[in-house]
Amino acid sequence: MINYFTKRKIISKIALLLCFFSAVWGLFWLVFIIFDVLRHGISALNLSLFLEDPAPPGVPGGGLRNAIVGQLLITTFSTLIGVPIGVLGGTFLAEYGRRWKISKFISNLSDIMISVPTIIIGAFVYAILVRPMGHFSGWAGALSLAIIMIPVVIRTTEDMLNLIPWTLREAAFALGAPYHKVIIHIVYRGASTGILTGVILAVARVSGETAPLLFTSFNNPYFSLDMNNPIASLTITIFQYAMGPYKDWHIKAWGASLITTFFVLCLTLIGRFLIYKRFKH
Amino acid sequence: MIQTGKEKIVNSLFFLITAVAAFSVVLITIGIFIVLFKESIPAIKRFGFFDFILSSNWDPVKEIFGGAPALIGTLITSFLASLLAVPIAIGIAIFITEIAPSSLKGLISIGIELLAAIPSIIYGMWGLFTLAPIMAKYIEPFLQNTLGKIPLIGVIFHGTPMGIDLFTASIILSIMIIPFTASITRDAINLTPSILKESAYAMGATKWEVIKDVILPYCKLGILGGIGLSLGRALGETMAVAFVLGNVNKLPSSLFEPATTVTVKLANEFTEANKDIHLSALFYLALLLFIMSFLILVLAKFLILRIREK
Repeated sequence: MINYFTKRKIISKIALLLCFFSAVWGLFWLVFIIFDVLRHGISALNLSLFLEDPAPPGVPGGGLRNAIVGQLLITTFSTLIGVPIGVLGGTFLAEYGRRWKISKFISNLSDIMISVPTIIIGAFVYAILVRPMGHFSGWAGALSLAIIMIPVVIRTTEDMLNLIPWTLREAAFALGAPYHKVIIHIVYRGASTGILTGVILAVARVSGETAPLLFTSFNNPYFSLDMNNPIASLTITIFQYAMGPYKDWHIKAWGASLITTFFVLCLTLIGRFLIYKRFKH
Repeated sequence: MIQTGKEKIVNSLFFLITAVAAFSVVLITIGIFIVLFKESIPAIKRFGFFDFILSSNWDPVKEIFGGAPALIGTLITSFLASLLAVPIAIGIAIFITEIAPSSLKGLISIGIELLAAIPSIIYGMWGLFTLAPIMAKYIEPFLQNTLGKIPLIGVIFHGTPMGIDLFTASIILSIMIIPFTASITRDAINLTPSILKESAYAMGATKWEVIKDVILPYCKLGILGGIGLSLGRALGETMAVAFVLGNVNKLPSSLFEPATTVTVKLANEFTEANKDIHLSALFYLALLLFIMSFLILVLAKFLILRIREK
C-alpha cells in the first residue's frame, strides 16, 4: 500500500518537474535569442549607422539612416490611420452597439483578423493600391500596417471601455449629458491609459512587420521622405542584407535587428506594465 | 432628458462615425476575400482546383503552375511546429497557474509573452545565422544517428543535414507559437472552478492527478482552441521561415530537405513575377492560405468562446 502512494507521489513530482522544464525551455529560447541579437548587434552600433546612408553594395561603411527614417515614417502614418479607426470602432462595440449581435460578431471577427497571415494583407494592398498607382509607395506600406493595426486597437479599446463602470455613465446621463459627450468626457477620460496601452501594443506589433511591406513600400537604397514612392524600412533592410552576400551587410542587418528588437520589446514591456498597474487597483 | 437639436445631430454623427469604423473590419475581411478571388480567377480558370493543388510543377517560363509543394510545405511545417509546441505550451500554462510561486508567476508570464513579441524577422535572422549552423552540426546528425536508425520512421531523417530545411523551420515556428497556446490554456485553467480542484484534493489526489483528471478535462475545449490559434498563426508565418527554408519547389521526402511554403513563395516571387498568370497563381496560393487559416481561426475562436460561456 505504502508503495502505491509513494509511486503516485513520485509520478506527480516527475510530471510537475516536466512542467517546470517546459517553462525553462520557453525562457531559454527568449534569453538565447535576445542575447544573440545583443551580442551580434552591439558591434554594429555606432553613430554612422544612424547618421549615414548606405554605401554602394559591397563597399564597407555607410549606415542605415534611410531605413530608420523610412521605418519611422511608415509606422507613424500607419498609426495615424489605424488608431483613430480602431478607437472609434472599439467605441461602437462597447457603447452604441453593445447590445447588438452584430457587435459581438465584429468583435470576434477582429480577434480572427488579428491572427490572419500578414503577408496576405500585403498582397491585398498590392492589388488595391500598388498596381492601380503603378508603383510601390510608402503610403501602401502605411496602409497595410494600418489594416493590421485596426482589429488590434478595436479589441483593446472595446475591452478597456468595458472596464469603465456603468454607474459612471449613468451619473452623467442623469445630468442630461448626451451620449457622445458622456463617451468623450467620461468614458474616454477614464479609459485613457487603457486605450494608450492598446495603441502602444499595436505599434509594437506592426513595428516588426516585414511581410506586408515586401509588396507595398518595397525598398529604397537612398534617403527619401517621399511617401508617394518606394521607401526603405528597417525590417525589409534586414531581410535584404541578411540574404545578401557581403559580410558588412550581415553586420548591418544585426545592427538593424538590435534596433528593431529593442524598440519592440521596450514598447511591449511598457504596455504590459501599464496593464499590470491598471489591474492592480 | 433635455437635448438641443444641435447636440442630437452631433450625437447621431458620432454614432455614425463609430459604426463605420467598426464595420471597417467586416469590409476589410470581405474585401480581402473578393480581391484575392478576383486576382486568382485567371489561374483558377487555367489550372482548376484539384489540378492546381495536386500538381508540383512550378515553371514561370512555360507558364505551368501547381501549388502542391508550397501547400504541403506549409502543412508540414505548421503541424510539426504545433506538435512540438503544444506539450510545452500546456506545461508552461500548468506551471504558471498551478505550480509557480506567485512571485515568479508574473515574471514567467511576461517572459513567455515577450517570446510572442519578438518580430518574426528577428526569428528568421537568428535562425539563419545561429540556429541553422547548430542544427546542421549537432542536432540533425544526432537525430540521424538515433531516430534515423529506426526502420520506417528513419526515412524522414535521411539526407545531408544542412540546417536549411523543414526541420529547422518547424523548430523556429514552434518557439514562436508557444506563447499563443500557452496564454489561451492559462486562461482556460484559470476558469476552472476551484471547488472542483478542492474536492479532488480532499479525496487525496496528488497535484498531478488533479491537473490530469480535473483541470485538463475541464479545459480541453480551451486547449483545443489554443492549438487552433497557434496553428493558424503558424500557417501564415512568413519571415521566420523564409530565411531557413531555402524556397526549393519540390515535394519534400525528408525533414532535412529544403522546401517552400505558400508564404515563402509569395515573399520570394511576388515582386518578381512579370507575367500576369504567374502573379495570378501566387494570388491563388494566397487565397488558399487565407481560406485555410481563416477557417482554422474561426474554429479556434468558436472553441474558446464555448469555454468562456461555460
